[in-house]
Amino acid sequence: MGVKKSMKTLKRSFQQILRYPSAVAGLIVVFTLIAISIYAMIKIPYNEAIRMWRGGEAVWYQNPKWVPPAWTNLFTSKKLAESFALDAEDSNVTKVVEERGEGTTRINYTYDFDFNFDEFPQELILYFTSQYDTKEPFVSILMLTPDGRELRIGDFAVSNRQTYRFSQDSKLQRRLGGVTPEIGLFADPNFETPTPLKGSYQLLVNGVTFEEGSDINAEFVMHGQVFGLAGTDHQRRDLMLPLLWGTPVALAFGLLAALGTSVLTMIIAAVGTWYSGWVDSLIQRITEVNLVLPFLSILIMVGTFYDRSLWTILGVTILLSIFTGGIKSYRAIFMQVKESTYIEAAKAYGAKDSRIIFHYLIPRLIPLLLPGLVSAVPAFVFLEASLAVLGLGDPVLPTWGKIINDAQNNGALYKGLYYWIVEPAALLMFTGLGFAMLGFALDRVFNPRLRGL
Amino acid sequence: MTVTTDEVIPPSVESVKKSGTSTLSRVAKYTSVRLVTLFITVVIGVYLTIMIANMGGYVDQIMRGEIRERVTVQVVNNPDVRRLDPDARNQLVLEKIALEEKRLGLDQPLVIRSFRYLANALTLNLGRAQNMTSDSGSRQVRLIILERLPATLLLMGTSNLILFFGSIFLALSLSRIYGSFWDKFIIALSPTSAAPPWFYGIFFILIFAAVLHVLPFGGMVDAPPPDDPFLYFLSVLKHLTLPASALIISSLFLSIYNWRTFFLIYSSEDYVEMAKAKGLSSRDVERRYILRPTLPTIITNFALLLIGLWTGAIITETVFLWPGLGRTLFRAIGQYDTPVIVGSTIIYAYLLAITVFLLDFIYAIVDPRVKVGG
Repeated sequence: MGVKKSMKTLKRSFQQILRYPSAVAGLIVVFTLIAISIYAMIKIPYNEAIRMWRGGEAVWYQNPKWVPPAWTNLFTSKKLAESFALDAEDSNVTKVVEERGEGTTRINYTYDFDFNFDEFPQELILYFTSQYDTKEPFVSILMLTPDGRELRIGDFAVSNRQTYRFSQDSKLQRRLGGVTPEIGLFADPNFETPTPLKGSYQLLVNGVTFEEGSDINAEFVMHGQVFGLAGTDHQRRDLMLPLLWGTPVALAFGLLAALGTSVLTMIIAAVGTWYSGWVDSLIQRITEVNLVLPFLSILIMVGTFYDRSLWTILGVTILLSIFTGGIKSYRAIFMQVKESTYIEAAKAYGAKDSRIIFHYLIPRLIPLLLPGLVSAVPAFVFLEASLAVLGLGDPVLPTWGKIINDAQNNGALYKGLYYWIVEPAALLMFTGLGFAMLGFALDRVFNPRLRGL
Repeated sequence: MTVTTDEVIPPSVESVKKSGTSTLSRVAKYTSVRLVTLFITVVIGVYLTIMIANMGGYVDQIMRGEIRERVTVQVVNNPDVRRLDPDARNQLVLEKIALEEKRLGLDQPLVIRSFRYLANALTLNLGRAQNMTSDSGSRQVRLIILERLPATLLLMGTSNLILFFGSIFLALSLSRIYGSFWDKFIIALSPTSAAPPWFYGIFFILIFAAVLHVLPFGGMVDAPPPDDPFLYFLSVLKHLTLPASALIISSLFLSIYNWRTFFLIYSSEDYVEMAKAKGLSSRDVERRYILRPTLPTIITNFALLLIGLWTGAIITETVFLWPGLGRTLFRAIGQYDTPVIVGSTIIYAYLLAITVFLLDFIYAIVDPRVKVGG
């Protein structure tokens, strides 16, 4: 009887909820977040996400450091250079191989690219890989500018694996008249102050190998001043990954903590009320002791001394949140329900205690559980972020809080890297507001005292 | 920190049955039982905190490892010791480790130590910190805490008092005009309280410090601090603005909403209708018929607010580099400094217990329906 009745109430309440605009907005937010989570988990599987988040320079070398997302160009008059990476497979790259006899082979790469930006790039890099037995191949690098100038960049032998950073070549800098290469190569010679010359550029890598079967491969990477949809952080990581993957993590933490806390609180309150006597007073005393315990300090202690994993923190959070004010308000309601006639009837036909608690008492309060549960989600989502901001975030998982923590530690606000903080903060606010709005509406629907107020 | 009507502890309303000679003995009995239960609660709570601060002995291992490493490095780097033969050197290292472990009390088992911590804490003998020092160089936990207390009281006091009285005042005004545009506006804004203070703090720093350059990023006073007391005051005020606003904004709207709903429930009582029907001015109705019965709740919340000041705001203080108790506590945890953690907890526990105890009597004073121990 109890279950059926509450199911009916739930259904009726759902129709009522749709009448509140804030609830509809909240529902849309929640469903959007779920959709993002599913997309993130399908598009980037867990192991791949962890590799991209913690992978190291090999994963991030194509990305510039500390740059805002590319779409910021839409709102500025001065267009910042976009990043790109060109390797031998790319259609803008041509590779010409020419046998010169006596084992000598010419391998020429031409990288075509357009530069139509108002600011200079951050860095230009060539990543060489080559195969040889004893004699290293030799390359000379040239750049052809749109106005027909030919700039000599450098000539050197390449080993198996070599990285050539234009900005660190002091000879090149001297040749360009003392300006750093990433400026000097793109500067229009007709201007006194460095101004980029727009148009199509060509980078030529002319290589010579001296052995049979020897080969050179070169990838040309330009680190611009903007990157991707979300920008990058201090380790060149694409922020899109933690933003996407932070969503399922935040949802999982928030929902599990809220669900665990409210369901356990309700069960314990029901058990206490039903058995009364010493069980009830024990629960009351535990609640009082829990009031004395410093909640956040204990979480920080667990994080610092023991384990920072999200699941440990989740468990401790639930454990500390069970015996709080909620247990008292549930108890008050259970006290009333306990006196109902249908409970009398159940007792009369000899139902077991557990049956009465789980089949008769608790189902009556499920409609009340929902608003509390939904309203509690933002607090837990922000709790995870708060711990991360204190440097106690999960060491493995990419989360929104960790982005803010990284940004704080690297002085993002002092350096003007606002995107770094605003993006995760916006998502946190979006999530918090969504659940809070839904929770408010649910509270008004299910809490008859508030109806009409 | 947020005030919700659900959390309000309802006064135990009891009808007046007996009076006269038994009153004194009843109050005395109730008082003693209440004091004993509260004391036991504090003892258990503090003991649990002590055990958690040691992670049941796990932290001892970390500390032992750290001591071993520190002492070994110290000895190895000492040129005088380098000349000694390896055996003598090892002997020296072991002696120094033993000495250091004795200083931190690690030579005794955790159980004994935990009870000593407990006894010291309960007698408010806060003792000496293990690793931390106050800015003036003292290791006394009492001095470490006292040094930071003014900063926390200033920040938390300013923001919470403004928040408390501001939201009650606004809530009363809203409950008079409920259903109006402003009422709906505040209801619509109340979900913004889902975000904690530090979150607003980051935005405030972004807008007012980073972009507009009108207020400082953090800290409590300019460096170097101004000599003139008035300029010093202005400088503190400037630094206080952002963290205090963050603390206020983050709970303001929900707080107003909760108080407003609370007042509305009370203003729909029959006796309020009756008073209105009698033709009393709305001012009188509000003061005598709405505010008066809600007084116990208001007092409870105010008392909890006052003791809440003590804990400080760990994260807000960290984000704003505010030199308060919250940050000290965070630092203490980072340095495994159990005495400081326990010291901070015991004072909070005592304050809470005393407040809960006194509230029973205050209810009896402000609400004639309530009787102590009735």
